[in-house]
Formats: sequence, C-alpha cells, structure tokens
Amino acid sequence: MKLTLRVWRQSGPDDDGRLVEYPVDDASPDMSFLELLDVLNQHLIEDGAQPIAFDHDCREGICGSCGVVINGRAHGPERTTTCQLHLRSFRDGDVLDVEPWRAKGFPVIKDLVVDRSAFDRIIEAGGYVTAPTGSAPEAHATPVPKPDADLAFDNATCIGCGACVAACPNGSAMLFTSAKVAHLNSLPQGQPERAQRVLDMVETMDAADFGGCTNTGECVASCPKGIPLTSIANLNREFMKASRSRR
Amino acid sequence: MSDYTVGEPIADTRAPDGPIEDRWDSRRFGAKLVNPANRRRHRIIVVGTGLAGASAGATLAEQGYHVVQFCFQDSPRRAHSVAAQGGINAAKNYRNDGDSVYRLFYDTVKGGDFRSRESNVYRLAQVSTQIIDQAVAQGVPFAREYGGLLDTRSFGGVQVQRTFYARGQTGQQLLLGAYQALARQIDAGGVEMHPRTEMLDLIVSDGKARGIVARDLVTGEVTTHLADAVVLATGGYGNVFYLSTNAKGSNTTAIWRAHKRGAYFANPCFTQIHPTCIPRSGEHQSKLTLMSESLRNDGRIWVPKQPRDPRPPQDIPEEERDYYLERMYPSFGNLVPRDIASRAAKNVCDAGFGVGPGGLGVYLDFADAIERMGRPAVEAKYGNLFDMYERITAENPYEVPMRIYPAIHYTMGGLWVDYDLQSTVPGLFVIGEANFSDHGANRLGASALMQGLADGYFVLPATLNDYIARGSFPALDPADPDVAQAETAVRDRLERLLSVRGTRSVDSFHRELGHLMWDHCGMSRSAEGLRKALDRIPELRAEFWRDVRVPGTGAELNQELEKAGRVADFLELAELLLLDALVREESCGGHFREEHQTEDGEAQRDDERFSYVSAWEYGEKPVLHQEILNFEHVHPTQRSYT
Repeated sequence: MKLTLRVWRQSGPDDDGRLVEYPVDDASPDMSFLELLDVLNQHLIEDGAQPIAFDHDCREGICGSCGVVINGRAHGPERTTTCQLHLRSFRDGDVLDVEPWRAKGFPVIKDLVVDRSAFDRIIEAGGYVTAPTGSAPEAHATPVPKPDADLAFDNATCIGCGACVAACPNGSAMLFTSAKVAHLNSLPQGQPERAQRVLDMVETMDAADFGGCTNTGECVASCPKGIPLTSIANLNREFMKASRSRR
Repeated sequence: MSDYTVGEPIADTRAPDGPIEDRWDSRRFGAKLVNPANRRRHRIIVVGTGLAGASAGATLAEQGYHVVQFCFQDSPRRAHSVAAQGGINAAKNYRNDGDSVYRLFYDTVKGGDFRSRESNVYRLAQVSTQIIDQAVAQGVPFAREYGGLLDTRSFGGVQVQRTFYARGQTGQQLLLGAYQALARQIDAGGVEMHPRTEMLDLIVSDGKARGIVARDLVTGEVTTHLADAVVLATGGYGNVFYLSTNAKGSNTTAIWRAHKRGAYFANPCFTQIHPTCIPRSGEHQSKLTLMSESLRNDGRIWVPKQPRDPRPPQDIPEEERDYYLERMYPSFGNLVPRDIASRAAKNVCDAGFGVGPGGLGVYLDFADAIERMGRPAVEAKYGNLFDMYERITAENPYEVPMRIYPAIHYTMGGLWVDYDLQSTVPGLFVIGEANFSDHGANRLGASALMQGLADGYFVLPATLNDYIARGSFPALDPADPDVAQAETAVRDRLERLLSVRGTRSVDSFHRELGHLMWDHCGMSRSAEGLRKALDRIPELRAEFWRDVRVPGTGAELNQELEKAGRVADFLELAELLLLDALVREESCGGHFREEHQTEDGEAQRDDERFSYVSAWEYGEKPVLHQEILNFEHVHPTQRSYT
C-alpha cells in the first residue's frame, strides 16, 4: 500500500521543528506502524538523509517506550501502543501526520523522542512499598481479597507510555499518577504509607509542569491498557482524605 | 583444528563443599561483612535495570552502598524483563502436590540437560521461596484465589503447579516491583541513576574491574565512571539472530567488551528457541512476538494428518488431526520442555505438515478448553494474550486456532561466573541472563525471572559484600593510563564507525547476519553448515567496516550510531558462538547437532566427552577452558518425557 507521512522533524530542543512530507510506496498491511518508520528510515539512509528518531524497544506493547501522535490521536486510531498498531488500520493512499507527544511536562529531545523522566520522579516520590530485602513475611501471611487484588492489578498494568498526557488538552498526568496510587493503596501492603504516598506523588506531579485535570476523559480514551477514569476519582478521594489527616 | 587452542581447565568455582542443602548457608556465614558505616564509602556500578539489575541496585543501596546505575532506555522501568509473560517458579508447595526445594532443583538440573552447576541451581531453588515473599511485600499483584491466597499454574517440563503469575504480565509486575524499590533508593540518594546511557567499555586497572566508559545517548558525551566493583546485568544476546523475541535494544556490547577485557565467555552456543511464537509475516518484520508458554497448559498443539491440507482448521475433523506432542510424549503432552516442543514443531513443518503462509506454523487450539472451561474462564486466564494475538494477526483465537512457530528467545550462555557470580576479572560481577550459570543447555519456563531476582535481591548482595570486605581499593586517578586508554578506545571506535560513510545501512548487515545464524546455527546445526557460516562471518565483518553507512554525528542523539556499535559486536560474538557450536559435538538442550541424534530423532548427549562448561578466553585465537561438571545428586540420564 501507499501512504504519505508528514513527520515532525526537530533536530534538538532548541530547533523550531516542522512537518516534513515523505511518501512511502512499499508499505504492507501486516506491518506495524513502527516497521513503517523502519522502512522509511532505510530509504532515508539510502538517500543520504537523516533517519527519523523515535523511541521503541520491546515492540510487544508492554515496555511503554513507543508513542507518537498520529492524525491527532495518541498512538493512532486504535486503542493500543504504536508498536501494536498495524497498517491494516489505515487505507491505501492515506495521509498521516506523525508528531511527538506534546505536553509541557514532556520536552522534545529530537524528532519524535520526548523526555518522560517526570514520570520517574513521580514514582520516586512515593510510588512504592517500603519493603527491605530479605526480611519479608511469608507470602500467605496476608490474604488479599480477590476483588482488591484484581483492582490493584487493573491499575498496575499501566506501562507509563505517556499517552494519557499527550491526549489530555491540559497535558495532565493524573491518569498515570492515579493508576499507581490505586494499585498500591488498594493492597494491604500499601496501607502504612497510604496517605503520605498520595500527598508526595501529587506534589511532585504538580511540580513537573503537567496541567490540571478537568475530567475530560481523553486520557482514558487513549490509554492502551484501559486504566479507568474511576482511578482519577479515587486519586481525588485519596488526596482529600490524606490532606485532612496530615495537615 | 586450528580455530582455537585449549587452555588450563577451570579447577575452582568457589562453591563450598559439604551437603548441598548447607552450601549457601555456609558460604554466607563464611563471607566477610562490611561495617554499615563503611559501606557508603564504596561506589558500586550496576549496568542494566531489568529484574537482576534493578533488584541488585535497590538492595545494594538499601545496604548502604553508593550505587551508580545505568540503562540505555529512557527509564529503568522499560528494561526487557518487562515483557516476560508467563510466571515465576518457587518451591512453595502451596498446592501440596509434592513440590519441594529438592524437586525444583532436580527439575531444573534435568531440564537444563545436565549442563548446569548443581550448587548454583540448588541455591536458586532455595531462595525461590523468599523471592515470592519479597515481591508480595512490595505489592506485586500476583493472581489470587477467592480465599485471598496466591494462585499457581504449571509450566513446561514439570509436573507440579509451582508457577506464580500476574495474568500474562508477570515480568512487568515483578519489574515494576523492583523498579519501584530502585526509585525509592534514587529518591533517597543511594542510587545515582543514568538513564539513556550506554556502557561501551570496561575499565580494568591492576587486574580488577574499576569502572566503565559510557556514552550519554542524548548528548553523545563519552564519560568514565569509576567504582570499587562493577555489576553487569545487561541481559542476553539473542538479537545476534536479528529476529528474536528480545527487545530491539537488547545487545551484547557490555558483556562482549568485558570479554575482550578478560572475562571468559561461557557456552555461547546454548540459545533457547521458544516453541510458541507468532509466525513471521514478511520480510519487513522487525521482531518476533512470543505467546506465553502457559498457553500450553490448556491449548492443544496439532497439525493436519494430510500434508499441505488446504482446508481451514475448523473443517478438519478430529480423526484427521495429529496431536503430535500428545502422541509422542504421552506423560508430558503439550507441556514438554521448550527444546523438545520446538524441535517437534520444526520436524512436522519440515515434513510438509506445517500450516499458514509458507507452511511454517502449527496450530495451538483452544476449542477443547473453551468447551471444557467455558469461554469466560479462558478469557480470565489468557485474555490479554488472546487480544495480543488478534491484534498482531487479525485472527480471533477464540474462533480459529492460533498459529505458532519457534523463535530465538533466551540465551543460556553468557559471561562465566563462579559461585559468587564473579567473572574471571576480579571485581566484575555478572547477574541474570548476562551470566551463564543456572540454566544449563536449556531453560525451563518461569525460571529466568526467578534467576534474575535471586541474583539481584539475595545472592549478589551477600557475595559482593565479601569482595569489598576482603579487598583494598586505592583511589584511581581519572587520568590513570588504564582509564584514559579505555576512554580513547571508545572514542576511536565511535569515530571509526562514523567515518566509514559507506553505502549499506546497519540494519542490512544485521539482517544478513541474522539469516546466516538462523540458517546454520538455529534449531539444528551441522558441522558443514557451521563451517559455511564461520567462513562467511569474517568477510561480512570486513564488509561492515568497509561499507557501513552511519549518518549524523557522535555529538547528538544518533540511533544509527548506537545500532552500529552493537552490530559490530554481534559480528564478533557470532563467530565465537559458531565455533562453540562446532566444538560441542553432541546434542544438548538448545544445541541440536544433526550428527548426534538417536534413531528416533531425539537429541543425543555425550556426557563422556562434553560434561563441561566451555569457557572461552579472548585472544588472537579463542582459548577454550573447560569447567568439568560433577553431578552428585541428580544423575545424568537420557532426558525422557514420554
């Protein structure tokens, strides 16, 4: 199939950046979107041009590295990661705009590569259970009701790709932060640090230049792992509770 | 043969004597300790943030060491351990089905086709129970029963249910647990984290590993980092085959550079082929995607009895299907170990019974499971795997059987380490898939996650302590010739890659190398094929250095330059891998030599001649050192799963 890509090219953080048009004639419906970029890059290298920089690693939809905005949608038209998006989702002759995640909290490094280190800082602020190695209690000592375990799991599936931020008109990181809070705060193991966790994580999130949440729901619509909007409601509730008990 | 020379055998692996159950305890008791107040004066470098690296970094920092850690991804949370699906073994015997530490040890030694070290494997089985406790304490959401207790399932090559899992995302959940523990230490200042930074060389001074040379992948800056010990947790080298189930960035550079600085490379030819991978769809393919081995718990594998049967699978009646694994291996059926299942799939496809495009595929059918358990139960157990399959192939596996074919998955070879996980370079420790130690010639399912975490959380922290306590670490001047020499070597090499300005892309060389390796050193190997590949590799390498095209400069984010350095290393490793396969004239686990098979086509091991670890020393010509393996507890027998 033939496709026309209009790709965001930006040589570095200080460059203005622009969309550059590239026709691709030898695409196959079985290719993933990243394989399309591979093919295009091979042509660019043959022509002596600079290949397009993009993040990717596992190409199995789980590492969370990949992510571009395609025709205005984070990860493209399907609700999945860009590496698991196949060209059969498009029609022959389509013109596709390919841009990096755009958010103040995610500065562009080069072309389609952005800096998502703010996510790591949010986790560092409290997204963990303090469990020193070698002295953990026997695993069966604390039964976890299955509904709690399932709720924790549904939130733990977040891959930290940043699509939620890219899709949000405010560039908010609420869905990411709320997923981790819901994961840990619904388990007995997460209880002792429950209040401090949410306060510290929200503070770090706010300090990292992400926008506020206005319950638009675009984050949920673009989340490849189906983190639900109720997680954000939960985060608000946890935050209110913690604010009262700690301040 | 003149390709290599034979050196002194390895006499001492530092494993303690005495009853196998007591060895790890006695090693730990004999280990010297470092006073908590003194630990913060020691800098430890950890390269890699997968299960092994993240757990090691977090634990060492928790003990009080100053950890300097590196990963090439943008975040430590993205290391490839994240992609492991199926589960992690532990000898908890929660099912009361006869499991024990000894049985896990026994299954692992046997499953590894008697090419691993008994002492190491026993220790692995021993600490497995603690790993589950640790992960649960961290909030890893393992699957649970309605009573709130942990659920388990079964994996290939065993007859108990000892595999703990978190839906089809066990690796992700365990990695997040370790990453979060690491994140806590980063925040506390115990870990200095360098993401988007790649190790390009090892600094050896006074015979000891004392640092690394790294390149910042965003700015291109080359820097040296000094420490009292270096830990490599950089994963496997399966991407030498180009198409594999590894992440695209997985590479061999760290361990290969360490090998060239004196660390022995053990058993490079032991590469695991995973039986349940989605077949490739075309030449554009960049990687292969695994379907968890756990699917074989309920899925049945078959091919039509009639070669090249054109009918869709649902139109082929029961009596015209060949459930070949159940027929050939009645007691293990679809759950035979990976090497057996892979080879069986290859054989039926080679005989013309394969299905799907090109005839390179077999059916993995859930029709019976759906009928027996009901669709909701199948969805609960395997739902995300089914969705993933449908996304990639555009076929609905609830309605038509999946198509699967074997693919390169995990490498059991790696840097040689002793019982303390120390390489032949003092102060250089190697953990997880990057070392060779625990899996033998074949890795049983759900034991890679176990090894990564065992090494990082429990083994390394104890043995590294001992190394630090016994050594003295005079300050190393950054201007020391050993440091400067390593840094210059890295700069020169980057410059050389950039200055070729040839006509062929890095990927085109990598693909050619991959084809060569898969054709001649894949699921089956022969002296003739290996020779052919060995003749071609030096030519390909010369062509690479003469004609590779790396656009851009070194002073920026340059992904082609990153790849070029990695492929250059694969081109060297490939030759050692082929040589190792050629020298090992037996069939063993993931290594199947066509010349060595039984009358009914099963692998024929040769314990008389090859019950050893091949540990290769780098040199003008590789030098082969043998570590003879002794089996006191699990006596080598022909592995039989019938």
